[in-house]
Amino acid sequence: MDSANLDQIIEQHRGKPGDLIHVLMEVQHQNHWLPRDVLHQIAEALNIPFSRVLRIATLYKTFSLTPKGRNEVHVCTGISCHLRGANKLLDAVERATGIKPGETDAGWRFTLDTGSCLGSCSIGPEIIVNGTHHARMTPAKVEDVLKEYQ
Amino acid sequence: MSDVVMQIDGKEVKAGGDMTVLQAARAAGIHIPTLCHHDKLEPFGACRMCMVEVETRGRMSYVVSCLYPVAKDLVVRTRSERVDKIRRVILEELLAHAPNSPELVELAREYRADRDRFDKDPSFCILCGLCVRYCAEVKQKNAVDFIERGALREISFIPEIAKKECWECQECFALCPTSYAQAAYFLTEALAFPGRRKASAQSA
Amino acid sequence: MTRLNSAAELEQLRAGILSSRDPAKPCIAVCAGAACHGLDSVRVAQAFQAEVAKLGPGAGLEVRVTGCHGYCEKGPNVVVDPEGICYFEVKPEDVPEIIACTLKKEVVERLVYAHPDTGERAVHIGEVPFYKHQMRLLIGDNTRIDPMRIDDYLALGGYGALAKALFQMTPGQVLDEVKKANLRGRGGGGFPAGLKWETAKNAPGKDKYVIVNAHEGEPGAFMDRALFTGNPHKVLEGLIIGAYAIGSHRGFIYTRHDSPQLICHIEQALAQAEEYGLLGENILGSGFDFRVEVHYDVGIFVSGESSALMRSIEGNPPEPRPKYIRTSVAGIWDRPSNLNNVETWANVPQIISRGADWYRGIGTEGSKGTKLVSLSGNVVNSGVVEVPMGTPLRTIVYDIGGGIPGGKAAKAVHFGGPMGGSIPANLIDAPLDFDELAKLGAPIGAGGLLVMDEDTDMVDVARYFLEFLTNESCGKCVPCREGMRQTLKVLTNITKGKGREGDIARLEDLNDVTGAACLCALGRTASDPLKSMLRYFKVEYETQIARGSEGRSGNAAGSAAT
Repeated sequence: MDSANLDQIIEQHRGKPGDLIHVLMEVQHQNHWLPRDVLHQIAEALNIPFSRVLRIATLYKTFSLTPKGRNEVHVCTGISCHLRGANKLLDAVERATGIKPGETDAGWRFTLDTGSCLGSCSIGPEIIVNGTHHARMTPAKVEDVLKEYQ
Repeated sequence: MSDVVMQIDGKEVKAGGDMTVLQAARAAGIHIPTLCHHDKLEPFGACRMCMVEVETRGRMSYVVSCLYPVAKDLVVRTRSERVDKIRRVILEELLAHAPNSPELVELAREYRADRDRFDKDPSFCILCGLCVRYCAEVKQKNAVDFIERGALREISFIPEIAKKECWECQECFALCPTSYAQAAYFLTEALAFPGRRKASAQSA
Repeated sequence: MTRLNSAAELEQLRAGILSSRDPAKPCIAVCAGAACHGLDSVRVAQAFQAEVAKLGPGAGLEVRVTGCHGYCEKGPNVVVDPEGICYFEVKPEDVPEIIACTLKKEVVERLVYAHPDTGERAVHIGEVPFYKHQMRLLIGDNTRIDPMRIDDYLALGGYGALAKALFQMTPGQVLDEVKKANLRGRGGGGFPAGLKWETAKNAPGKDKYVIVNAHEGEPGAFMDRALFTGNPHKVLEGLIIGAYAIGSHRGFIYTRHDSPQLICHIEQALAQAEEYGLLGENILGSGFDFRVEVHYDVGIFVSGESSALMRSIEGNPPEPRPKYIRTSVAGIWDRPSNLNNVETWANVPQIISRGADWYRGIGTEGSKGTKLVSLSGNVVNSGVVEVPMGTPLRTIVYDIGGGIPGGKAAKAVHFGGPMGGSIPANLIDAPLDFDELAKLGAPIGAGGLLVMDEDTDMVDVARYFLEFLTNESCGKCVPCREGMRQTLKVLTNITKGKGREGDIARLEDLNDVTGAACLCALGRTASDPLKSMLRYFKVEYETQIARGSEGRSGNAAGSAAT
């Protein structure tokens, strides 16, 4: 991440401990992960113990302490998708990518995650790649969809 | 705040108006078991061992005494079939993690808890948070904290801080009911500053 | 935009907006709700906009990109007003034909609803079975509003209730009206909103806060997002009225970070309301000040619990606190804090403008008004539904939902997600009512209604919810963290055919203690799904456990023989 950009985010919140989640959100959003030295910088700027920053960063699912692959694949495992076969879909995605939820492949192509309901239950089961929904998925369609993401 | 008169286990008890039920009970010599409570620390309300039955205006409820404020005419029962069941199941759940912790074993005897009731998951930590809170509230060093969430929650010494602060302190070890704080700390030592102990012994 | 300094100026502005609009001019509303968006409705909307641009300024019709229409199953949805013609599963290539027909006052027959069995067609929104059994007081405006434009809301009478409250009513009268309406909280507990407001209003302290809980983290619940994304001003207007009644000058919206559209619409709504002087200092010249800020959950379910949510707004980890002192007395920074969910706030403007007596005319004795329901699972027509309280669940599942797909039978319906309960299909005539459903063991919760067909494994459903909560709780208190961990282990073993004798007793003990001893509502109600399962589907559990025990003893015998 561009350090000027990072400094700018941090400076906006300097001295405001209550802004911790906002800062982490902005950095995560731009950088896709939270490097440990950046967490140190944030702790110092916001005047929060580093352990508290780490606690918040590990508590929320959105924050990642490791770099992510070029493509973020999210399989919805909400209850409606679950009833409509999300498990089999997830198996197919795991086979196609060779990784399990929470993992990134060696070539940094995919990071796989499962997640709670995104509110589009009617079109489940679905996978979301880099924010794009692929609705009414079947295990058979997985290979074709993922091919588009290199 | 002015004193209030209430009833604990059928005994009339006078308590300071800003006390908790646990404080009032202890002041009156009535024992309520706790795991996460410490007089020097803010009440935490996590272990739920100190649950008691309270009755206000005819309504009965189950509350944790370490946080529940005293009130005039409050009726408290520190033991009942249901209170004992709650404590028994909580102990059985914790014994799955630390089956040989003397504190837990002792309480298990009192509440007839079966340490083999549930599948073992020997993490050794019962997450009472005494180390975390002592480090934050009393020592103000924040060298150990909770990380992760839900069933994945654990305590973690922060190597960067532990390296500077823990060597001279280690006061949290004596608070830990399972000795897991020590284990976690030594792992951190091995990771962040290995060999210091040996070097220090040789130079002594 | 000019700042409005009185109720009269608001009415002038409204009159101006209405006079600039021709009510007979066709308006094509393209749904951009979550499901339609996932079905690429963006391209449909772009196609409409491109076609209209080609026609030039005298196009004779307008296009409006709106929030969720409700019938998610058949998206992308398009509604042509003023007639309310509904087109379903619209693709970009259908667009020129829709425009051509609309201009000729004709209907594109191939895109209207056809009943799957009889083939019978339904053209207008009031005739489509999914819509015709509903009463869409809250969500119905979604097709007429571009959520990015406050003028669309004003054109429908928006902020009229706020003006009425500020200039014709005292805060006490507003409170009395809400109490009289018996509006009950839509977030889960069904606690009377008016009583909560009153507690906060009477609590000592100058600084008081009001909060919109727009967290909606429960799997299978998507109605609040549909309402808030599609009609943000309705919620905001309710919040400002509530703040006025309670005497609060600072409000918070707590929502999920993962709905970019929702965030964008909320921010735009706040900015536009402030520009018009409907928010901020001296609202409409009344002397009442009120500001709102937005905070985000970044991915943990427990942060939707009210005390955890308040910790999070303070900047602390979202760990619940016991409510021995209520949050309406000591909430954010220990100050009186009144929290209601999206749908509850959205009900307020109509109660003020149409009166408590009108509102009490809808619903049952104990549950007034309409209720939004997210209908999903094994049902033909999933989507966002709004019906009067008291509507039989059968109407929702069969008349609106179209029944179970694939000719299967219903096995159970489940309300309230991971903190709710399941009831068997033979109780499907039960009314949608806070108290009746709670008695049956399937409390409405926020309103996620999940339909399960005959193939559903009820042990797996309980296991699913436990697994969800195990990962989404804070992990602070023992009976929640450890109780759920052990319950999940037992249930997982049963589903894998490794059930053991004594499992039912183990489950009952764990569930009992979790329900009684947990620190917050998440923990205490985490036991509810399983409780309902053991009430109605115990035989299924016993059968699966027996299969496991038999399997094991069979294996043991086999290995002994070899």
